[in-house]
Amino acid sequence: MAEPTRMIEIQMLRYRPEQESEPIWQSYQVPFTEDMSVLQGLQYIKDDIDGTLSFRWSCRMAICGSCGMMINRKPSLSCQTFLRDLLPGPVKVEALDHLPIERDLVVSVEPFVKKLEGIKPYIIPKEERALSEGEYLQTPAQLEKIEQFSSCINCMLCYAACPQFGLNPDFTGPGVLALLHRYNADSRDGGREQRMEILNAEEGVWSCTAVGYCSEVCPKGVDPANAVNQNKVNSALDYFIRFLPNSQSKKGA
Amino acid sequence: MQSKTTGNGVRRNPPHPPYVRPMAGWWARNPFFVRYMVREVTAVAVWVYALVLSCGVLRLSQGEAAWNGWLSAMQSRASIVLHLVLLLGMVLHVHSWFEIMPKTMAPIIVGGERVSAQRIQRTGWTVAVVVTVAVLLLAVWSQS
Repeated sequence: MAEPTRMIEIQMLRYRPEQESEPIWQSYQVPFTEDMSVLQGLQYIKDDIDGTLSFRWSCRMAICGSCGMMINRKPSLSCQTFLRDLLPGPVKVEALDHLPIERDLVVSVEPFVKKLEGIKPYIIPKEERALSEGEYLQTPAQLEKIEQFSSCINCMLCYAACPQFGLNPDFTGPGVLALLHRYNADSRDGGREQRMEILNAEEGVWSCTAVGYCSEVCPKGVDPANAVNQNKVNSALDYFIRFLPNSQSKKGA
Repeated sequence: MQSKTTGNGVRRNPPHPPYVRPMAGWWARNPFFVRYMVREVTAVAVWVYALVLSCGVLRLSQGEAAWNGWLSAMQSRASIVLHLVLLLGMVLHVHSWFEIMPKTMAPIIVGGERVSAQRIQRTGWTVAVVVTVAVLLLAVWSQS
């Protein structure tokens, strides 16, 4: 690896609750090479300049979803954002928007995880089958309906991109609703009835006003805005279908 | 805050509450949000124009003199300026809705392929332009 020759300024929003009552900006000069990501810049700061810095990371290859942060005001994975693309700097780094800051770049994820658990993000088989009956098969067309939504890595960038979630943290939000759709739209799944209550609620799809920025920032090419908005139709149908004679829908208001 | 002693005798400070950043002025923080707000605000142009047309229908029901009064009011300088502003608002509104439209629809599959977002937007614009020109021609034809 070539020796670092260039410097870039990284400005970081710091919050150390025992020290500051509200976040403050702090600036660092970081030597960098062509192949360095913003995450590597932060690791340099932590290792060589200021060990008090807190941030989450793990895989360094855009699959674990841990290192999401605002980089120059855009929700981004710091492992796949390169310092060379942000010249001449300064690079402004903040905790993901709309999420409470625990410390520096670390945000609270518990409400998100609770919502995720709530939608039962797994296939609930339509009918139980014995192992001897073989696997549940799917056609390419059936896979196509769910494939992009199954790429979600729970990085929460879409939450940082959603002002409706920022204004109302009870909103189930783009990522979880996209995953709800991923399972409801799966030809092998029979759990739709169990998930519709979350989808139909005011905090479900109806809190979305189609801003659409969630889909712009997704690092995995998921289109949460599409998942949410096509389910407004499903939610409306689910509401009206109960008025039909012999309706099987048992959804409460 | 008071520190607590845990079961194994370690003294720990109670956790600090996480810091929640204010949302005031959120829409001005990102150009994407500004464009979203343009879509929302230009809905007012649609509403105002609907009011103008509703007034016309009301005046029509009140007889010839009332109708002619409304027609001449429509030809005033203020009305023409208002209509130009409303037209601009409508064009922005249509543009911003066609921009988001593909995201609001269930996938359309034609010949085994998903219809692209670009094609949905172009179709929307084509229909909008054709209808506008048809209404304009109808208006010109009815005057002749």
